[in-house]
Amino acid sequence: MTATLSIHDRPNASQAEPLLRFEGMGLAYPTPKGPYPVLENINFNVEAGEFICVIGHSGCGKSTLLNTVSGFAKPTSGQVLLKGAPIQRPGPDRMVVFQGYALLPWLSAYDNVALAIESVKPELSEREKRDIVMEHLAMVGLTAAAEKTISQLSGGMKQRVAIARALAIRPEVLILDEPFGALDAITKEELQEELLQIWNTQKCTVLMITHDIDEALFLADRLVMMTNGPAAGIGEVLTIDFPRPRSREDIMEDPKYYELRNNALDFLYNRFAHDDDAS
Amino acid sequence: MSTVTSSGFNVAQWWKRSRKTILPPLLGIGGFLLFWQLSASLGFTKLSGPLSLWTEERTRELLLYPFFDRGGLDKGLFLHTMSSLSRVAMGYTLAAVVGIGVGIAVGLNQALNRAFDPLFQFLRMVAPLAWVPIALVMFQQNQPAAIFVIFITSIWPILINTAEGVRQIPQDYRNVALVLQMSRKRFFTKILIPSALPYIFTGLRISIGLAWLAIIAAEIVMPGTPGIGFFIWDANQNGYVSDIVLGVIWIGAIGLILDRLMAWLQTRIATGR
Repeated sequence: MTATLSIHDRPNASQAEPLLRFEGMGLAYPTPKGPYPVLENINFNVEAGEFICVIGHSGCGKSTLLNTVSGFAKPTSGQVLLKGAPIQRPGPDRMVVFQGYALLPWLSAYDNVALAIESVKPELSEREKRDIVMEHLAMVGLTAAAEKTISQLSGGMKQRVAIARALAIRPEVLILDEPFGALDAITKEELQEELLQIWNTQKCTVLMITHDIDEALFLADRLVMMTNGPAAGIGEVLTIDFPRPRSREDIMEDPKYYELRNNALDFLYNRFAHDDDAS
Repeated sequence: MSTVTSSGFNVAQWWKRSRKTILPPLLGIGGFLLFWQLSASLGFTKLSGPLSLWTEERTRELLLYPFFDRGGLDKGLFLHTMSSLSRVAMGYTLAAVVGIGVGIAVGLNQALNRAFDPLFQFLRMVAPLAWVPIALVMFQQNQPAAIFVIFITSIWPILINTAEGVRQIPQDYRNVALVLQMSRKRFFTKILIPSALPYIFTGLRISIGLAWLAIIAAEIVMPGTPGIGFFIWDANQNGYVSDIVLGVIWIGAIGLILDRLMAWLQTRIATGR
């Protein structure tokens, strides 16, 4: 291996149990012609507080990989451990920001967030619940739109509500499946910055799927690049160690930015080019 | 107070604007009544024409005085209708409660759906009139039998639409409930019911029409009690054709009002989202 930037396990990581550990994890769907392997032999550790981005061609199993963390998919071989215990089912400690927002359209922005808190933390007083909802709506700049119904909100505002809902219940792991894919460029940059700020203050662990290399380089500590399916695996992991807090201008002036970017592009379009792209 | 200003009501302008929406139905209905009256007057049919509602003295009295009550069965058509409506209300309410309940159960449970769907599909094809003898044998009493006929006629659209509404709850919403580990009760009230509500209302609207259609069948089994269905049946026994025509007009008008009422409720409740 010549890729100097590639590391699968951080050599200086502490010996303590990582927050998340994929151990020889594989997942195959049963089909009439026998099992169809989606993921194979995934070995990877995530430390608490890390921001991880996952990139790879469509259909390579990125979503399935994150679904094994959220608990919506079960590995058929190996396991995924959260603080040493295998993940059994979905739970609010691993909150998901769904690809299509998954907000309830008959409720207001406020009620969507409130429903999450009422479900996860019913023991809080009404006042405390209210304060948490308003705090998180304020965090994503939606204080004024709190009482609007979801259908009255733009795509960017919906994604903000979805993020506020996810963060309000204080998950240990925040899972985002291409959260900004459907947004315009300006809204996307705004939300990326808001997400970084919130991550900075809340110190949760983030797993995020993206199609956008620049987005990953701006946000992530490490970028997981997946090989093509079937039987996809982790091809390479880039460590992105720009100092934080990051500014877009600063990192784009850093020569390392282009080194990383070219490495990722080379991985996606030369070494693991998609069939459609190659033809 | 000024009299007619430029913003005031202007008959000529109003007529110009709404002529296109008012004239065609007037012409259509007028033409139909004319055709009916002509074919009756010329003897093409034994059915009395629309004018007979006025020319037959017995029918004219029923037409002009819907509220009279001389005791027993000798009542105005409004009072007959109210008796029928209360019967429909009971059968329909029962159908709504059972239909929504069973619909949710069937919608949530694949096995239950496979077990009962063929039965539901079969039973919903049975005509109201066919239920009458069965209802009489089952209940041995007129009133429960009549309510059962209304119930069994109107339950199917509610049940089938509710089940479909529950099946159509987007996977995303179910996933939200899963990841938040929502209690069953919260899932019901916050996700299932609001999500399925438009489907439930579609079922309720179709069913109110069916419940009303079943009224004649239901009241055939109830001789000696007031009701619009029985009124028509009774007029038929006596050969009062113009009375039957008047009764049918009442039934059509009430059915139309019930349907409009449900449509209005539907837009009020199911679009507030």
